[in-house]
Amino acid sequence: MNRMMKHYLFWPLCVLGALLLFNLLYSPDFFSIVLRDGHLYGSLIDILNFGAPLVLVAIGMTLVIATKGIDLSVGSIVAISGAIACLSISKGSDQSSLGLVMTAILSSLALSLVLGLWNGFLVAGAGIQPIIATLILMVAGRGIAQLVTSGQIITVDSSTYEYIGAGSLATLPFSIFIVTAMLIVALLLTRKTALGLFIESVGSNPTASRLTGIRSNMVIISVYIFCGLCAGIAGLLLSSNVSSADGNNAGLWYELDAILAVVIGGTSLNGGRFYLMGTVIGALIIQTLTTTIYMIGVPPEITLVVKSVVVLAVCLIQSETFRSTIMTRWKTRNYPGEKEVVRHVR
Amino acid sequence: MKKIGKIGAALTLSLMMIMISACGNGNGNNGNAAAGNNKAEATAAAETDTTGNDKEAGKPLVLGFSQVGAESGWRSANTKSIQESAKEAGYDLKFSDAQQKQENQIKALRSFIQQKVDVIAFSPVVESGWDTVLKEAKDAGIPVVLTDRAVDSKDKSLYVTFIGSDFVEEGRKAGQWLSDQYKDAAEDVNIVELQGTTGSAPANDRKSGFAEVIASNPHLKVIASQTGDFTRAKGKEVMQAFLKANKDIDVLYAHNDDMALGAIQAIEAAGLKPGVDIKIISVDAVKDGMQAASEGKINFIVECNPLLGPQLMEAAQSIVDGKTLEPRIVTIESTFTSEQAKEVLASRQY
Repeated sequence: MNRMMKHYLFWPLCVLGALLLFNLLYSPDFFSIVLRDGHLYGSLIDILNFGAPLVLVAIGMTLVIATKGIDLSVGSIVAISGAIACLSISKGSDQSSLGLVMTAILSSLALSLVLGLWNGFLVAGAGIQPIIATLILMVAGRGIAQLVTSGQIITVDSSTYEYIGAGSLATLPFSIFIVTAMLIVALLLTRKTALGLFIESVGSNPTASRLTGIRSNMVIISVYIFCGLCAGIAGLLLSSNVSSADGNNAGLWYELDAILAVVIGGTSLNGGRFYLMGTVIGALIIQTLTTTIYMIGVPPEITLVVKSVVVLAVCLIQSETFRSTIMTRWKTRNYPGEKEVVRHVR
Repeated sequence: MKKIGKIGAALTLSLMMIMISACGNGNGNNGNAAAGNNKAEATAAAETDTTGNDKEAGKPLVLGFSQVGAESGWRSANTKSIQESAKEAGYDLKFSDAQQKQENQIKALRSFIQQKVDVIAFSPVVESGWDTVLKEAKDAGIPVVLTDRAVDSKDKSLYVTFIGSDFVEEGRKAGQWLSDQYKDAAEDVNIVELQGTTGSAPANDRKSGFAEVIASNPHLKVIASQTGDFTRAKGKEVMQAFLKANKDIDVLYAHNDDMALGAIQAIEAAGLKPGVDIKIISVDAVKDGMQAASEGKINFIVECNPLLGPQLMEAAQSIVDGKTLEPRIVTIESTFTSEQAKEVLASRQY
């Protein structure tokens, strides 16, 4: 039991379990999944489908944070990649043709890589603080996205493109497969090669890592590129899910949700260690919470308050210091001296 | 390592140069445009100087208009309408784009005052902080017309009239159509509502107008109401949740077309037919929304009309002619059922 509680996934899984349990009690058919028109249909599927882009962005963010960095520009990259893809598709004569859609996807992914590279160079090459370096693209990128879409919403009518975000493969949403594939790639690269160790060591101490022969700068640049790629794919998922690109609103505040998912998953913002599976659970917690709020009919005016209270609770449960303080208080509750102190304070 | 650092620095530099030059270009253009504007203004000012400010018969009415910016398709249509109707009426329009900044707009208003235009019209970027500049206009004897957005000034004498949409009325129209449809309903009609951005004027007003009208029929019940932030993605996500949480939804009321379009995708994914199994009411009547309406997926659209140019010109003319105007002019707005949408779809401008 004690060993289980020490596991890094224990508390995140507890919170996710608690949220699901609440839903089970509140509306029992939350867990009902039916087969409709050849694909599964139910709230849990929705959570996975809508949560997919967030999981993806958060995976990239985890690696960046592991190097003691942060990437604020992911929301903007999401918007740009969706905008570029939709723009190139909307210009084609046959919007559903596979060639056109592939070109559109590849060009927006290529651009996401370049944007990630830009962030990496600013951080590793120019030595700018990550939060500032990526803030540049966060602000400028939103502008670029609006420039691409000329401030309008671009609607595409392409069944091929729609398949990425809204289609289903083997009765499950296709987006889940994309995310799983990226997760496996990230896990293999970081846990089956030395790359993960490099990232952690750069996060702990870049200079020491360089002196031991790790190319710190290359490691940093590559995690930003990977993060850009993840955000780019997330942008494709989001825009294809609604068959339109909205430069103003797509991926707005996504970076904050992603950072939150990473932190809930147990990765420290100080860098040096990271938990990809924890991040995935963290992102699912956020999406489950959002869906729950919609389902139980919280008035929109207090939605954000409810969300923040839950997030606060999650973070407190996660915190080792808070838990030990509470435990100590609990154990010494009947201590007369404490009562004395409390009475005087009041 | 050093080599990579150098290459990195070189690449960074070149990238930065590209960025800077791009920015420079943008600025250059803006600068040029601004210079162009200034030039035009200067020549215009010179013109008024030579004519000695005397209003000669046949001299076109000069209208100074300061626009918010070009943030949406709705706004672009609004700008185009004003420019075209000014041209049609033969007025001399001095157009200035504030690029979402109040200080730009105040500068533009001051320059209009200096040029002694006949009428100033503007869509305020924000609600507050206009008293000083409006007072200057009043002292110069130039009447001011507000379009589309209001100011929160206590002194109502600072402007002549406010031309714009009445969001409450839009909500009422939506509610009215629904009550008419379900006049004889014997059972409860379950309505779900997708609200706009929480706290925004259109969201508050469209909600209250709708609620006010449907209150007369006890069978019309709003069973769920949640914000969709006026966006398609949120509209879809929230509607998915609504469909899971409520087994029997008869009507969807969305505060704008984009959320309705997102919700339509959610309804289709649930294996239901939008417009048939669930009736859909929406506000705005943008092109994509009208397209969906003509396909029968949206049953009723209340228009939120950006084409207020003709009404503005009419108001400007009346002011110059010395007629008194209502302090509030509501934009002429119509409503569209699916059939009507089909007819007018080709002729929509935005």
